[in-house]
This record gives sequence, structure tokens and C-alpha cells, in this order.
Amino acid sequence: MNYNWDWSVLFCFVEDPVSSCTQPFFYWIVSGFGWTISVAAAAWVIAFSLGSVIGVLRTVENPYLRGFATVYVTIFRNIPLLVQMFLWFFVFPELLPDEAGKWVKRGMPLPEFWTAVVCLGTYTASRVGEQVRAGIEAITQGQRYAAMAMGLRPVQVYRYILLPVSYRIIIPPLTSDFLGVFKNSSLALTIGVLELTAQTRQIEEYTFQGFEAFTAATLLYIVVTAIVMAVMRVVEGRVVIPGMISLGAK
Amino acid sequence: MFENFDFEIIVTSIPFLIEGMGLTLLLTVLAIVGGLALGTVLALCRLAPYRWLSLFAGSYVNFFRSMPLILVIFWFYFLVPFIVGRPVGGFYSVLVAFIMFEAAYYCEIMRAGIQSVRQGQVHAGQALGLTYRQNMRYIVLPQAFRAMIPILLTQAIILFQDTSLVYVVGLRDFLVAADIVANRDNRLMEMFLTVALVYFVMCLAGQLGIRKIQKKFATG
Repeated sequence: MNYNWDWSVLFCFVEDPVSSCTQPFFYWIVSGFGWTISVAAAAWVIAFSLGSVIGVLRTVENPYLRGFATVYVTIFRNIPLLVQMFLWFFVFPELLPDEAGKWVKRGMPLPEFWTAVVCLGTYTASRVGEQVRAGIEAITQGQRYAAMAMGLRPVQVYRYILLPVSYRIIIPPLTSDFLGVFKNSSLALTIGVLELTAQTRQIEEYTFQGFEAFTAATLLYIVVTAIVMAVMRVVEGRVVIPGMISLGAK
Repeated sequence: MFENFDFEIIVTSIPFLIEGMGLTLLLTVLAIVGGLALGTVLALCRLAPYRWLSLFAGSYVNFFRSMPLILVIFWFYFLVPFIVGRPVGGFYSVLVAFIMFEAAYYCEIMRAGIQSVRQGQVHAGQALGLTYRQNMRYIVLPQAFRAMIPILLTQAIILFQDTSLVYVVGLRDFLVAADIVANRDNRLMEMFLTVALVYFVMCLAGQLGIRKIQKKFATG
């Protein structure tokens, strides 16, 4: 293995024609990291809210609502995420009326970014939905009946009894879903979002010093994962319900 | 919206797509076999009584589980030819990436499976005078495998879906084959909807099959 490691490419702040610094690669990585975080965070907002709705719908009595949620989960879990990304980016605008399709393709700000966010959000929502459902189903039926006996309406039963308990016991699998969306945000590179992985690939193309860039990205991913896991462990400890075992992460 | 939908392009490109699906399935099967083998070794290391061995396996798993698969593919796509010393072609590099990546996930499934075997069984094996290897080989692993078959199969479906990521290095799998036709004839909608439908039907069939197996094991 005769690879000439040259870590200086990672610390190029300004262009320098003499050395290997042909571009400010340091800022490329910083900006890529920023996009990765933005995509993941925005997608998680969709995933968490939509996923909660889907999860609740899977446990209600109305067969149509339950069927809708089941179909949603089945579709989004059985198509590869990359194919979903292409469907949102290339096919979805064609299915809309002319004007709307044009707006999605070119009119709206940051079309690639928002497409990636919607794609990752709706996909992860199907996973979050399954966790929320598992959480609700893990609660003894007695709680639901007790709430109903106290005269709470169905919405109130979920709002005040079932969901708060459910969220507290599904923190570990939710954490792993969040880390999933964080890692899956790298798929956004296929439709042209210059997030962390895309930037390292680009640095490889400019300098042929790919391993340095990949190492930097790997470290960033590992550090964020470690931080999220540490924080969530503390959170889990704080909100744990005595006597209830939280559901294991898948 | 569907008035221009061209079914003919789908029909004429079927042989080309089947070729791509061949590569997808080949990659899936080889990655499962390799990942299972490496994953089993890792799981045994993780549960081994030697601290450094279990520490190594634990770090391996955590390392690969915190990396996006695309980055792993990029790593090995450039790393494997370097280590081998000559170009090996994209397929083998990507295969190594998938095996290394999947092994981390299979290791965790295995570990859970092995730990689900009741301690009494292990002790009974020891009481019979079996060595550690014999105990694992004849008592623990057969029971562990039985318990984890549904989860292993679910992971296989996830892997089958994940192989579509070879797109990033341009290996001609099912998705890339469709992508080539789509861009050549400007038929993105037809091709990508077909791809989605085929993946959906295959994965759903797999899922239903797993549910059947699960029921059989639950009653048996």
C-alpha cells in the first residue's frame, strides 16, 4: 500500500496554488456537515409528527383509518429509500398539475433540499409509526379503559394517557430511528444535495486524496452518533417510568 | 398525467432489467452469506470470555453502525484496489463493503439470538462434558439460529433494498439498469414506477413469507 497521506488537504482555508490546496476544502466539509444536519433535522420533524399520526391511526378502531395507516407503512417500508428519492424527485412533479409541477421542479427555493427532506421524512415516518404503535400496544388496556371510564373523549385518551406513556417507553428505538435518518441523509447526494458524504466524494475528485476526506466524514458521523446516544441515554434515564421496561431498539 | 405513459418502453427493456436484477440478487445472496459468516464470528467474539476480543467486536459493530452505507461503499470502493494492489472491478469492492457493513448488523442479531438461549442449556452442555466449541456448535447455535430466523430474513430484505445504493458507484444493478433506459429514452416516470413496483412486490412477498414462517415456528 503506497498511499501518500496528505492531511493538509483537510485544512485548506484559502486557495494556494503552490501546495495541494486547490480549493478551500475545509469549508466544503463544514458546509457539507451543515447540510447533513439540516436535512436530518428537518426530515425528523416530518418523521416524528407524521409518524405519530400514523402510529395512532394504526391503533384506532375505525377500520378505514387503520387500513390507511397500514397501507402507508407497507408502501414506504417495501420500496428502497433510493427509489423513493427518485420517485419524489423525478416522478412526483410529473404527477402534479402543470403549474404545480413546474413550481416543485424549479419555482420553490432549494428544490433538491426540500425533496430530500420530504422523502426522508415520509420514509422515516413509517418507521416511527411502527414504534409509536408498539409503544401504545405495550400499555395495558386497563389504562385506556380507565381513561374512558373517566369520561375522556378518544382524542383526550391519546393526548393525555396513551401518547405520553408511549413516548417515554419508545425512546431507545426512536433514537435509533433518528440516527437512521441522520445516516440516510447521505442519500440526498444522489439528487444533488452537497451534504457531508457528497463533499468528501468531491474532494476525492479534486485532489485524489479521498481517504483523508472519508476519514474526516467518518469521524464526524461517529462523533454525532456518540453525542446523540449519550444525550438520549440521559433523557431516557430522566423520563423512565418505574416498573416499565422500555422497548429495545431494533 | 398518464396520457403519455409508454408501456412499450417497459416491455422492450425487460431483458435488460432482468440482467440488472440478476446482479442485485447475486450481490444480495453473496452479501448475506459473507455477512452471516463474518457476523457469526463477530458475535462469538463479542460473547467470548476474553475482554480484548469482545472489546474489538463491540467497537467494530459500533463503528459500522454509526456510518452511512454510502460512505462505507465509497471507502471500500477506493480501499480494496489499494489493498489488493491492482484494480479488482467495482463488484468485488462493493461486495466487500456490503459484507463488512452487514456483518455488524448480523452480529447484533446473532448476539441477541445466542443470549436468548437459556443458561440452563449451556450449563447442561457443560455438565455433559462438552467443550466450549462443541457446546456452541451442537447446543447453543442451532437453537439460536431457530430463534433468529425471522429477524435474519427481515434483515435480508433490508439488505436487498440497500443493494440499490450501488447506484453511487455506477454498478449496473436493477435500479441502474432502469436508470440507464430512463435517461436514454427520457422515460423517467415509466422506468422508476416500474422499479418501485417490482421492488415493492418482491419485498412484500418476502415479508408475507416471513410472517408465515414466524407462525410456523410459534406454533411448532
